[in-house]
Amino acid sequence: MAFDTGLAVVVLGVAVWTIAARKTVAAVAGFVAFGLLLALVWVRLAAPDVALTEAAIGSGVTGGLLLGAATRLRRIEPSAAGETLGIGLKLAAAVLCILVATGIAAIVLLLPEPAPTLAPQVAKNLDRTGLGNPVTAVLMAYRAIDTLLEVVVLLLALVGIWSLAPDRAWGGFPGARHHADSDGLLAFVAQLLVPIGILVGIHIFWVGSTAPGGEFQGATILAAMWIFAVMAGLLDTPAVNRRWLRLLLVIGPAVFLAIGLAGFAVAGGFLAYPEAYAKVMILTIEVPVTLSIAATLALLVAGPPERPPNG
Amino acid sequence: MADFMFAATGLVVAMVALGLVRLLRGPAAADRIMAAQLLGTGGTAALLLLADAMRAPGAVDVALILALLAAFVSVAFVNALDRSELDRK
Amino acid sequence: MSLVLDGLSILAVCAGALFFLAGTVGLLRFPDPLSRLHALAKADNLGLGLVVLGLLFQAAGLPAALKLIGVWLLTLLAGATVTQLIARTVRPTEPQA
Repeated sequence: MAFDTGLAVVVLGVAVWTIAARKTVAAVAGFVAFGLLLALVWVRLAAPDVALTEAAIGSGVTGGLLLGAATRLRRIEPSAAGETLGIGLKLAAAVLCILVATGIAAIVLLLPEPAPTLAPQVAKNLDRTGLGNPVTAVLMAYRAIDTLLEVVVLLLALVGIWSLAPDRAWGGFPGARHHADSDGLLAFVAQLLVPIGILVGIHIFWVGSTAPGGEFQGATILAAMWIFAVMAGLLDTPAVNRRWLRLLLVIGPAVFLAIGLAGFAVAGGFLAYPEAYAKVMILTIEVPVTLSIAATLALLVAGPPERPPNG
Repeated sequence: MADFMFAATGLVVAMVALGLVRLLRGPAAADRIMAAQLLGTGGTAALLLLADAMRAPGAVDVALILALLAAFVSVAFVNALDRSELDRK
Repeated sequence: MSLVLDGLSILAVCAGALFFLAGTVGLLRFPDPLSRLHALAKADNLGLGLVVLGLLFQAAGLPAALKLIGVWLLTLLAGATVTQLIARTVRPTEPQA
């Protein structure tokens, strides 16, 4: 269909430009644009859950993360630009990317008709999980262990980022202190937008059991709102050695793991839910996990500590 | 009706694509942030139109998130610019 | 009745797309950043508003309609502020005397 072809062409065009962009901030802008267009593509492919995740994490929060990195690298950008990679290395990277892309395209296009899929079984057993959204059912019931591992990986990434703190700032406040701007514009809009954003985040999380949405998307919105408040100078980032912060980060994976282990005793396997209580169990996992992921994502974007914790 | 909505979506996406030219060329950094703004508004319009054309109400939620996160990313860009001005002084 | 609603939707969405066109042309052709910003902000917020109006005629009930209006209001709020902030990067506000 003409619309789809046009969209694909625009997506490719933006991707090529992003790679070729010279300045880092311009490239990040291209990346965010690419993410948005990709969200459109996912909606066209009838995958609104993926579109939500792409718009929220892939485009929004990752954009913030890249901008933070670009800001930190700004001091060395002139000297780094001087050491350009040799043309041979760039060519090798391009060839490798093309090979991987062609391989994936070949696999998808050469699938037999009808393609092998577990979707009918997912649909058939959906009411036993108590959920209405098959994507959430896969994430939280059929393949809950993947979700648990993802949550733990995020936490490990955060630990890795914290380990980049210089010695004097160990356990301290991430990022520089933002001050509210002099005419209060940003602070005003943050005071309006952040509560709305928090409501939207909770709504997306809650609605995920029967419609596109879920804990990751809701948590991402909450994280973005927290970072927004920090950027507007309404809040300061917490020092990373504070106990309440560490508790908040850990409570999600801890509850997840505890319920998983309890599954051995109660329902016969790791992360198995007793059938009558499946929805309750899933909700009990989802609420702390959403809070933990929101905190983890926000701290990932905030970066390594830069200011000492007690002074 | 659905065909018309698809056509309208196509038009909006074409507009956004044209606006990306400004992203490419824009001499001032402000131009690039403006193109990102256009992307946000145009993308929201395209998503709302698609939601109707494809009978997919989930896409309205995507538009909601996009509106929020477009604001977030734009402010992040402005902040990143401000810091660079401050560095240069 | 539904024919009338469809007709109104088509009209509103066409007008909205026209405003998007105007905004993009302004973004590309106006001589300096501030005038481009002006074109962008006015045309695109109005464009989105007209598109939302057109979709309201097709909406499947009050919650859906309210959500559409909510998206538009959110975009207006965010757009108004970000426009000011972008303008400030082009021409910093005069220090208070």
